[in-house]
Amino acid sequence: MTETPLRDRGKVGGPRPRWLPARLAGLRSETGTARTMTFDVPEWPGHQAGQHVDLRLTAADGYSTERSYSIAAPAEDARVSITVQEVGTGEVSPYLVENMELGDALEMRGPIGGWFVWSPSPEAPVEQPILLVAGGSGVVPLMAMVRERARSGSRAPFRLVYSVRDPGQVLFAPELAQHAQDEGVQVDLVYSRETPKDFARPAGRITARDLATPPDAGWPDDPPPRAYVCGPTAFVEHAIRTLLDLGYTNHNIRAERFGPSGG
Amino acid sequence: MTEQSASNSLDGNAAAGPFTDVFGFDVSTVLVTCGGCRASAVFAEQRAFLGGPGTVLRCPGCDHLLARVVQTTDELWLDMSGSSCWRFPLEASTA
Ligand SMILES: Cc1cc2nc3c(=O)[nH]c(=O)nc-3n(C[C@H](O)[C@H](O)[C@H](O)COP(=O)(O)OP(=O)(O)OC[C@H]3O[C@@H](n4cnc5c(N)ncnc54)[C@H](O)[C@@H]3O)c2cc1C
Ligand SMILES: [Zn+2]
Repeated sequence: MTETPLRDRGKVGGPRPRWLPARLAGLRSETGTARTMTFDVPEWPGHQAGQHVDLRLTAADGYSTERSYSIAAPAEDARVSITVQEVGTGEVSPYLVENMELGDALEMRGPIGGWFVWSPSPEAPVEQPILLVAGGSGVVPLMAMVRERARSGSRAPFRLVYSVRDPGQVLFAPELAQHAQDEGVQVDLVYSRETPKDFARPAGRITARDLATPPDAGWPDDPPPRAYVCGPTAFVEHAIRTLLDLGYTNHNIRAERFGPSGG
Repeated sequence: MTEQSASNSLDGNAAAGPFTDVFGFDVSTVLVTCGGCRASAVFAEQRAFLGGPGTVLRCPGCDHLLARVVQTTDELWLDMSGSSCWRFPLEASTA
């Protein structure tokens, strides 16, 4: 891989991510197997869209375990929201989705990540178009970017291609429709196993056709678009190969792999 | 690397948290050069394996072990012998 220009990397540093006490302060069901959890984190230093937190859960006998979760929304006071998709056989996600109650505490380390982030560039003469490619719960950090775009008033061209197994798995559906209608974000759903009735595109995994910029998108020729790809590892690998075939390069693809889960 | 492990592996984003324990800040954007094949990529784009022992960073090109952080009860242990160079960007210029 060729070297990334220094200016595109962002500097290291920022607030030292420490383990902070966090208390569950809000719950919202997203689908039958996913929910958004909002934590009060009094010492939270703020974050950027795309970053994640590490959660540490400690049992009464002292056994503890850690998992990463993307931050779902822009910083708001000292509150941090995540959206968790339950993995049936999992150790942590069923607890988060089914059992944890308002007022319960855990430890949170963050914000983590300075690479898989997006922020508006109001000083740029032409804002860089952004292609977001999500598989399953990989939509969470990309949703944070869509929300940050609206919050900041950015007009950067945004398109989200969101692959889910079936119609019951779509996270944030009403809000995405709102961003499409009011904010000019193009949202395209792709169903890998089962489509809604009368849906034109047959079920199947993401193809070059799904990711190619539509001729009516109105994207500038320059700067070239940047793609953010997130989801289960196999999904991310496939999407990156497809983007490279379409002429994207390693310089304008950023990826985050969730592991086997999150499909 | 086998297809099986490649399809389950994570990337450096997932390893960034444990590495903050030793560096004190987020290292996702540090350019890491592989001591095996000499390829360079940012920390976030390397391969990561969690869960033990410790947090392991590997080269996606040649599978060389680049770095490992292990926490024991009384020690934080960093092995970076597999990487030849870490370049830390200090300024984000707006060019
Ligand atoms: C940087 C980062 C950000 C993440 N952000 C989010 C997020 O925003 N939302 C979110 O929901 N998750 C996110 N994840 C995934 C999350 O960290 C956990 O991996 C996930 O919740 C599963 O944890 P668990 O303890 O329930 O399962 P584990 O106990 O870790 O896994 C249990 C077993 O199930 C297997 N398995 C996992 N998934 C599946 C599956 N889909 N089908 C079949 N078998 C499976 C595993 O291989 C394992 O053997 C993120 C991961 C990373 C690295
Ligand atoms: Zn190598």
